[in-house]
Amino acid sequence: MIHQEAVTVMSNKQIAEATFEVELKGACVEAMTTPGQFVHVQTGGGWEHVLRRPLSIANVEDDVVSIVYKVIGQGTEWLTNQKPGQMINVLAPLGNGFPYEAIHNKRILLIGGGVGVPPLYYLGKKLQERGNEITTVLGFQHKAAVFYEEKFQSLGNCYVATNDGSYGTKGFVTDITKELYPNMDHYFTCGPTPMLQAVTKQLPIPGHVSLEERMGCGVGACFACVCKTTDAHDPKGYRKICQDGPVFEANKVVLT
Amino acid sequence: MKLAVNLPGLAMKNPILPASGCFGFGKEYGAFYDLNKLGAITIKAATETARYGNPTPRVAETSSGMLNAIGLQNPGVDSIMEEELPYLANFETPIIANVAGSSEEEYAFVAEKLSQSPYVHALELNISCPNVKEGGIQFGTDPTLAASLTKQVKAVSSLPVYVKLSPNTANIVGMAKAVEEAGADGLSMINTLVGMRLDLMTGKPILSNKTGGLSGPAIKPVAIRMIHEVSQAVNIPIIGMGGVTNAEDVLEFLLAGASAVAVGTANFRNPFVCPEIIEALPGVLERYGYDSIESCIGRSWNHVSN
Repeated sequence: MIHQEAVTVMSNKQIAEATFEVELKGACVEAMTTPGQFVHVQTGGGWEHVLRRPLSIANVEDDVVSIVYKVIGQGTEWLTNQKPGQMINVLAPLGNGFPYEAIHNKRILLIGGGVGVPPLYYLGKKLQERGNEITTVLGFQHKAAVFYEEKFQSLGNCYVATNDGSYGTKGFVTDITKELYPNMDHYFTCGPTPMLQAVTKQLPIPGHVSLEERMGCGVGACFACVCKTTDAHDPKGYRKICQDGPVFEANKVVLT
Repeated sequence: MKLAVNLPGLAMKNPILPASGCFGFGKEYGAFYDLNKLGAITIKAATETARYGNPTPRVAETSSGMLNAIGLQNPGVDSIMEEELPYLANFETPIIANVAGSSEEEYAFVAEKLSQSPYVHALELNISCPNVKEGGIQFGTDPTLAASLTKQVKAVSSLPVYVKLSPNTANIVGMAKAVEEAGADGLSMINTLVGMRLDLMTGKPILSNKTGGLSGPAIKPVAIRMIHEVSQAVNIPIIGMGGVTNAEDVLEFLLAGASAVAVGTANFRNPFVCPEIIEALPGVLERYGYDSIESCIGRSWNHVSN
């Protein structure tokens, strides 16, 4: 069930370079039981911003949801100015998240890049509850962009790579995962497309990817966010990222 | 207040309908509210065979608007009739099927098929899609081509035909008159305006199609002006659209000369926008001294009948 609700800002603070974490409280949070789903956030008053911003769920505690967002334009800039007590209109929860429920007692590799990191934290918590062993690899551009490292450390081992080597390993997440994957059973990844391409190409173990795309309606009506399937015999040949995804089995959809 | 309006093929309980392409085939918004509340539903464009459409990114926000270049993605007319229309048959709301193609033959093929569906009440001829390489907008910018296409479709379809006009033309009245003369039963206007947005980091267009159709409140004044002009020049009804977000906008479209008003982009920001407008409409009409939909239509230029 999708809710449209004016939720209350509990806190809204910068956690890294151009990266903010906002906590929102509302009745719809109860339905956010699946990591990997997203919240479609209305920005601005009036109609200057006609499209909502799809932002992934980073964590849920009782009736408060945490969302991490990067400031990249006027809409997200507006979001940084929303103070505790103010209301934000959201459409949530949307999409199909990570299939975590049947995974028990496995060795799990979480691989996140940039603002693709947040949904993996909520997922990691759920997987840990099911007796899984969590290892995380996070990739960022440079030291100032790093966030959530300590949160993932609370779930298990956490490795960080930065492109310029200003923090952790110099290079990409795949420079770390190439050593780790032989001891892993399953991976989950979310981040920029080039990273997802590199990760899915490198890892021969089962995995799931979460995709990002510019979205319109967020509910499957407008066909703005689609991706092709890799199976040429698939009857539809495409998937809607907002409605069928954003999480897909690795190598089932074409990453472009 | 009586909100019902009667347009060719469409007995509408109110003048509000979602615009084609902004409402899929109804199911997604049917999860939010009872689609019986709507005056009519315009479904997404159908082509002869399935189309994937353009690569992503397909949308980009602009000030009070958005650009889209979906590229007429649809599962093809047969699949739409088999898989999508039966769901809409659960509602009493009349259905307008949007017809697209890259040749006269394709338009006629799709129109003939859709006319055979018991669930379709009228056709909307999409001669104004700016996002496909062939067909679409070329029919919408040449009055001779548009008229010929309208005639062809009328010849193979028993349903009323609404021609959806493009604003990307120097002579909107000429286009409207040409399709009216060719037998169009009504007009839908306006489709999107061709636009572009550049990514400051890369210096390149954000949309993979480079250009896209601009919709949303940014284009409302263009729509109002064009409907104001066209409604004085033709005798067929107009379904007005372009940036409608509330009941006041609906009144403005009616005053300009529209007989019904479609809501497009606003559905994306507020999935309940159509029923909210329908609920607010009687109060807004009353506030401005109107006692019916009819009494508003064309009031901006037709002072004699009021």
